[in-house]
Amino acid sequence: MPEIKVTPLGAGQDVGRSCILVSIAGKNVMLDCGMHMGYNDDRRFPDFSYITQNGRLTDFLDCVIISHFHLDHCGALPYFSEMVGYDGPIYMTHPTKAICPILLEDYRKITVDKKGETNFFTSQMIKDCMKKVVAVHLHQTVQVDEELEIKAYYAGHVLGAAMFQIKVGCESVVYTGDYNMTPDRHLGAAWIDKCRPDLLISESTYATTIRDSKRCRERDFLKKVHETVERGGKVLIPVFALGRAQELCILLETFWERMNLKAPIYFSTGLTEKANHYYKLFITWTNQKIRKTFVQRNMFEFKHIKAFDRAFADNPGPMVVFATPGMLHAGQSLQIFRKWAGNEKNMVIMPGYCVQGTVGHKILSGQRKLEMEGRQILEVKMQVEYMSFSAHADAKGIMQLIRQAEPRNVLLVHGEAKKMEFLKQKIEQEFHVSCYMPANGETTTIFTNPSIPVDISLGLLKRETTIGLVPDVKKPKLMHGTLIMKDNSFRLVSPEQALKELGLAEHQLRFTCRVHIQDPRKEHETVLRVYNHLKGVLKDYSVQHLPDGSITVESILIQATAHSEDQGTKVLLVSWTYQDEELGSYLTSLLKKGLPQSTA
Amino acid sequence: LKLYCLSGHPTLPCNVLKFKSTTIMLDCGLDMTSTLNFLPLPLVQSPRLSKLPGWVLKDGSTFLDKELKECSGHVFVDSVPEFCLPETELLDLSTVDVILISNYHCMMALPYITEYTGFTGTVYATEPTVQIGRLLMEELVNSIERVPKAQSASMWKNKEVQRLLPTPLKDAVEVSMWRKCYTMPEVNAALSKIQLVGYSQKIELFGAVQVTPLSSGYALGSSNWIIQSHYEKVSYVSGSSLLTTHPQPMDQASLKNSDVLILTGLTQIPTANPDGMVGEFCSNLAMTVRNGGNVLVPCYPSGVIYDLLECLYQYIDSAGLSNVPFYFISPVANSSLEFSQIFAEWLCHNKQTKVYLPEPPFPHAELIQTNKLKHYPSIHGDFSNDFKQPCVVFTGHPSLRFGDVVHFMELWGKSSLNTVIFTEPDFSYLDALAPYQPLAMKCVYCPIDTRLNFIQVSKLLKEVQPLHVVCPEQYTQPPPTQSHRTDLMVDCQPPPMSYRRAEVLTLPYKRRYEKIEIMPDPSVMWTTYAHHTY
Repeated sequence: MPEIKVTPLGAGQDVGRSCILVSIAGKNVMLDCGMHMGYNDDRRFPDFSYITQNGRLTDFLDCVIISHFHLDHCGALPYFSEMVGYDGPIYMTHPTKAICPILLEDYRKITVDKKGETNFFTSQMIKDCMKKVVAVHLHQTVQVDEELEIKAYYAGHVLGAAMFQIKVGCESVVYTGDYNMTPDRHLGAAWIDKCRPDLLISESTYATTIRDSKRCRERDFLKKVHETVERGGKVLIPVFALGRAQELCILLETFWERMNLKAPIYFSTGLTEKANHYYKLFITWTNQKIRKTFVQRNMFEFKHIKAFDRAFADNPGPMVVFATPGMLHAGQSLQIFRKWAGNEKNMVIMPGYCVQGTVGHKILSGQRKLEMEGRQILEVKMQVEYMSFSAHADAKGIMQLIRQAEPRNVLLVHGEAKKMEFLKQKIEQEFHVSCYMPANGETTTIFTNPSIPVDISLGLLKRETTIGLVPDVKKPKLMHGTLIMKDNSFRLVSPEQALKELGLAEHQLRFTCRVHIQDPRKEHETVLRVYNHLKGVLKDYSVQHLPDGSITVESILIQATAHSEDQGTKVLLVSWTYQDEELGSYLTSLLKKGLPQSTA
Repeated sequence: LKLYCLSGHPTLPCNVLKFKSTTIMLDCGLDMTSTLNFLPLPLVQSPRLSKLPGWVLKDGSTFLDKELKECSGHVFVDSVPEFCLPETELLDLSTVDVILISNYHCMMALPYITEYTGFTGTVYATEPTVQIGRLLMEELVNSIERVPKAQSASMWKNKEVQRLLPTPLKDAVEVSMWRKCYTMPEVNAALSKIQLVGYSQKIELFGAVQVTPLSSGYALGSSNWIIQSHYEKVSYVSGSSLLTTHPQPMDQASLKNSDVLILTGLTQIPTANPDGMVGEFCSNLAMTVRNGGNVLVPCYPSGVIYDLLECLYQYIDSAGLSNVPFYFISPVANSSLEFSQIFAEWLCHNKQTKVYLPEPPFPHAELIQTNKLKHYPSIHGDFSNDFKQPCVVFTGHPSLRFGDVVHFMELWGKSSLNTVIFTEPDFSYLDALAPYQPLAMKCVYCPIDTRLNFIQVSKLLKEVQPLHVVCPEQYTQPPPTQSHRTDLMVDCQPPPMSYRRAEVLTLPYKRRYEKIEIMPDPSVMWTTYAHHTY
């Protein structure tokens, strides 16, 4: 039986290092190639030796698909393609292709220049890696090779984020990447058609959360920022340069304008303007409201938000700073955090998910004494707030997507095992489909039952559809024909054509059956009674009484003879070819019931 | 397989294809050449136009002198301009299931079809096609509605009367079918019926037919369409280009193995080389400005204008034109310039890579930033304060019958220092100029039509090898004015089938197989349950 195999190399019962291998109809596809922010050792990248120990990766993978530009989905890509070695195609959307190399370069700089690591990928490797990328449009059917095709759907999560359908023949898998089912201030909601994949691989970051209304969370966020600034405190908001940052900037910008606030808002790193420029050029990927009004007012040109300089962190008085990276694991956000952590007037707002091992994760789980590099202890007195702004689907959203796509199986990745377990039960209960949640390195096998496409000769099709009722579109129908399997193709043709093509002689197969009838009359009278009876019952068939005394119903022959021993019994000889099996057996059973008494 | 031909204009097609019980309309182009028979709509009262004498019949009767005016030997209808619609009687248009749009020029009749025929189907088009199509419609509606005209002439349309009129009015076809422009609510209603599609997206229609748009290389988001079932393939080629301008290159490979290829939208100026025309455009522009004259470029608000601005961007400094103001006047000028910068995914490779930097794909952003190019919604307002001469003005409409261009024709027509340069190929420039005669202004004709020429067509057909080619009758014979040029026609084997307005063609195809799906059930040996789609 055909099967689909899925093995997560990362993101199996975990968030981070997304990398999922899928084998479908003889094709191998790698979904995402991320890094793990919680690790600094080998575990930060997927273990590609799982794919092959000594061969070239290109020989084992038909393509690689990157769902969006977040590093936990693409951070290992240059390592994978340039250091391990992969020359096949890498697919991503245009915005992802534009933004991904910038984040990779950022990541490389932090790792190599700041942390002083060696044996890491270089800038040149990022460039070479990006040359292997093929950009795809939304909904475009990309033919990877003759059999394998992929198609991108809008996923919402960040600019350019996409879900991908991977299809070979009738079998298909949908990988969601990270997605968001509710539109936010700058992006639209994820959407997919009823594509009924054999398997839906969904993220499950918020498997158990049903988030309250977004408006409430926004109001809460603004209130907290406002209060802190009012009492002269500083607000640090660790973010990734692209994505959530833009949404929060839009939020603060409009609030500052409305409330006429004067406290400065800064955005760290030189990325701001560049990042906003990407948003402007790829405005077709944002939500409808921004797209509609962009000619009059570009939402990504901010008046109140200025570029940050390292020296500003020591300025007195209130301020709001957006700084990268988002999980406080390195870079500028961590530096500012260390400076401000000791003052209880200040506040840090974590607007997204933090993976285990990061400073962000530690302070969110209540730790207030942190051991920093060099055994130094940092005491956190500033207020720590968590606000879920990350644009992932919540449990409701995940269920909604499953309802939209109608998959036959669901597989959960990119989440915590305990939460997945809960969602898995819910999915199985509500949709009656199997749900899987493999750990990293664990393979899940799903059996599929694909229909087999065959070519049917038009003559046969017409002949078969004229028999019986008018065929109902898309309803299964019984057909008779000869299936020729040749050169990897299937053809359904009429038996005559098959015999001719294959040069075979036809063998006739005939069934004969004797039916005994009690009738004392003369033979020809019995025949006449049978004839009249059949004619009365089989109104739509051609029933004929031949001069030689036999009866034909279509091609079925009926002859009557008197029983050699009992003249009161007549023997009806019914004979038909196997092609007329249906009618033949019907006739026999009809005659076996005997003749009606009052036949004239 | 039947083709209903609703338009006689080869570059503004409107055909309906009946394919496997699906009714598919291919484009709905609006023939605007009818407006050439009308007097221009001036923005500002024009003494010259209002003083034109009424037309008097040979026998001296004057009953038409309110409706028809005479100017330099030509007769014009003094009324709101009207357009020649596609045929609406040839088949019941409410039975059309889908409309496929190939580019923004070929959708201008859409509101007439979707709002007046009982159409209940879906329209498919790419995002740039819809956005720019909307701009073209907005400009059209705006430039006609802002000059309210009390008079609506209809007497001349009477068949008995029309016979008495001079050419070309006498020979105008189906004048009873000519219609006034639609309104913005109708445009919005029509556009709301569009579903956006991307290149190479496979769209299933009722499980029987699959349609796919392909890049056609002619304009932003322009597409050719593949209409196919498992065993039949019809390619619809409309407005394609092999030249390297701003759009994504044409996808030729996907057109291979077609049973029927419907070929429309070839270049209207087969003898002109677009590159040469651009060169001539630049040199005429520079010469006029250097002599202290103004240059008027009648144009659409999107399309070739992007390429012209890009050429000028490279040209103005070397030609010493850095101080000459360039004005782009259209109610949608700003939108058009902004929209052009956000469709990177639909642009040629060079422009796409710019976005990765990130930089705007078109250099007109820089022209605007450096104040060399200024855009205005109309001649009223800010423009009148900023206006400095000599200058270059890009404005519509290319027919010279409505829009701000009318004002500049009246303003600059009297001086031989000024030049009007025609770049759009849709209207005969002599006909366009007729109601402005006598003119002192110089007229230069540099039509830039990047669509396929006949050499490219025969190369394309050799490459993709369709079994049959179907095209408008105009393409099966040399142009009427150059009857000796037998190279200016479609040449293929077997010869193309031709169509004309209001004709119905039965397209040839022979199919021997059909696709069904069998359900694998090992317990059934002799019979197979088949799953068949009609």
